[in-house]
Amino acid sequence: MQPIIRVDNLGKRYAIGRREHSLTMREMIVNAFTAPLRRMRSFGRGGRAANANGADHFWALQDLSFEVAPGEVLGVIGRNGAGKSTLLKILSRITEPTAGRVEMHGRVGSLLEVGTGFHSELTGRENIFLSGAIMGMRRAEIVRKFDQIVAFAEIDDFIDTPVKRYSSGMYVRLAFAVAAHLEPEILLVDEVLAVGDISFQKKCLGKIGEVARGGRTVLFVSHNMAAIEALCTRCLMLSGGRLAAVGEPLAVMSRYVAEGSATGDGAVALQTHPGRRPGDTPTMTRVELRDGSGAQSGAVRMGEPMEIRVAYRAERPVRPVLGSVIKTSYGAAVFCVSDRFCGRLAECAPRAEATVACRVERLMLIPGSYSIDLWLGDAGDDFDVIFDAISFEVLPADLTGTGRLPPPKYGVVFCEAEWSIHDA
Amino acid sequence: MNSARLEKVEEQLTAPESVSTREGVSHGAPARTADAIAARLPPLIIESGKRRLGFGLGDLWAHRDLLYFLVWRDVKVRYKQTVLGVAWAILQPLLTMVVFTVIFGRLAKVPSDGEPYPIFVFAGLLPWTFFNQSVTTASNSLVGNAALITKVYFPRMVIPAAAVCAGLVDFAISAVILFLMALHYGIRFDAGLLLIPPLMALTALVALGAGMWMSALNVKYRDVRYALPFMLQIGMYVTPIIYPLTFIPERWRWLLALNPLSGIIQAFRAAVFGRPVDWSGLAIACATTVVLVMLAGWSFRRMERQFADIV
Repeated sequence: MQPIIRVDNLGKRYAIGRREHSLTMREMIVNAFTAPLRRMRSFGRGGRAANANGADHFWALQDLSFEVAPGEVLGVIGRNGAGKSTLLKILSRITEPTAGRVEMHGRVGSLLEVGTGFHSELTGRENIFLSGAIMGMRRAEIVRKFDQIVAFAEIDDFIDTPVKRYSSGMYVRLAFAVAAHLEPEILLVDEVLAVGDISFQKKCLGKIGEVARGGRTVLFVSHNMAAIEALCTRCLMLSGGRLAAVGEPLAVMSRYVAEGSATGDGAVALQTHPGRRPGDTPTMTRVELRDGSGAQSGAVRMGEPMEIRVAYRAERPVRPVLGSVIKTSYGAAVFCVSDRFCGRLAECAPRAEATVACRVERLMLIPGSYSIDLWLGDAGDDFDVIFDAISFEVLPADLTGTGRLPPPKYGVVFCEAEWSIHDA
Repeated sequence: MNSARLEKVEEQLTAPESVSTREGVSHGAPARTADAIAARLPPLIIESGKRRLGFGLGDLWAHRDLLYFLVWRDVKVRYKQTVLGVAWAILQPLLTMVVFTVIFGRLAKVPSDGEPYPIFVFAGLLPWTFFNQSVTTASNSLVGNAALITKVYFPRMVIPAAAVCAGLVDFAISAVILFLMALHYGIRFDAGLLLIPPLMALTALVALGAGMWMSALNVKYRDVRYALPFMLQIGMYVTPIIYPLTFIPERWRWLLALNPLSGIIQAFRAAVFGRPVDWSGLAIACATTVVLVMLAGWSFRRMERQFADIV
């Protein structure tokens, strides 16, 4: 059968080093004058110009080719910065590729965010029409589906209330309800389902499954492996902007998990880390993990201290604020340690270059592999964000005194508890 | 550990199934088979630097429902958040009229083609205020709707176009004042009034041209925000609003004719005061408007592909 989506050598390049902000006219004029000079100077040094192939560009997506058959539900997985969102943005025509070609047959609907086009001053009813029109529905189509949408969102009594008075749950339900009633032949879904309460999440997944069974083609980006497994007929894994694997969901997912748990020696150089948020200035230079004995290590015993040490080099002296999110190998956040909330280093002398250390006193995690997102900034701003900067293994320890530990399926945090019994 | 993970997966695997059957929301007719789709629709091709033909007015028409809702949103939200609400649409040209009447009419004694100066200047200010407001809001519209631009695709031209159309509502409201003033000054209406709607449509086109051009430039160069009020101010003085066209020496009038608003405002006044319309001036205005809209549409479409990346 003819594929409904065909992607050929797709690539997207972004400029880095400066944030993706708009230039002012002055910068343009300055650039126009200095660019030839800079080029000449670098030519003199042997032509090591920072040109299109050089350091000031970054390929968010490169040489990506795949096909999707009609009716297929393709899951797209990959770590943060792997290029998933860029892919969806290209397919939904929000941004243009730098290279390559995409061919799609049929109407394309995209759901990259819940509540696109909602205006807080308008009522639920008004927002249904507005958001529906923005997502590409005709007015007649919205009128026809209006009752279904309201029923799905379960907000009948509040339909004429401005959405700024909605609870966040109601808001999300309404927003998803509108999106769920789009009827394109190709539906692109980003991780919008990680919102709302559990029962509503299930309902959303159910709706997507229903769309898929209706013969439509769905591209589904998620970190939620369970959802991918439940919905997708095939799965595609991206890594560093390139195609890493494609095939049976279970096979691709196990590879994804395996790659995440490849434990290193507890230190990673960060200058050119693939997980860096596009556009960030590389400020963090190295991360190192230390175990209870103070030695650098990629494996820490549960219940013992762990230290995260991040070296940075900034353009000017700063009071560094470090944040880390510890996540499971499936990408679910477990806990966060951030000086933004503690302010312990708020009084330190500003330094242009230093190492920030954060010591977790007792690491109460169930054995398994985990990964760390890092943020570095100052009191006001994040300079540098790296997703999945480093991964580590938690080793078992006999904290219960019985040699037994609860399995990870009951949660990855271990808590100590006191037990007693009281006569009736 | 892995087996435990799989169990978790299986638990959730069954959940959506049961939910959707319980829910029983039907999705209408099942999608047509893909082969039928492929045969029916031309494929959508996405390529780097793909040329888009035309000036985008066809896109606007295809997305008229979206245009309608965006206009409606802008109007509704604008009046919801202000204390005086609709009164602003009236107060702004009215107060400007009073100031101009005192300064230019009384003090500087600018001629007004024999009409009372207040209504003379108000008839000129009305289309100008609409143009001024529309271009100003349109120029910020893309930046202001950045959240939309980066999350969903639709022809970007709809956004500045909606800003311009929303301005028409204010115009309609303040036109009532012009009507009352005309009654007050005992001006008799004739068939010339029929010319007002097409003239406003023409003004809207000029505003669309200037507005979308400025909005696109504003995405890339935020200087527009500072330069535009200044340019508009100059624009007001090179348009016969506070003075009649006859005020300008004959040999310089051709320069003014290049400004489409000049011809439009002349015709607008002629329509209001029941005087003969300068059709050749209006024809030039139409021609310059078409050129402006085409140029603006062409350059907008060239810049629009970068919007999501740089806004």
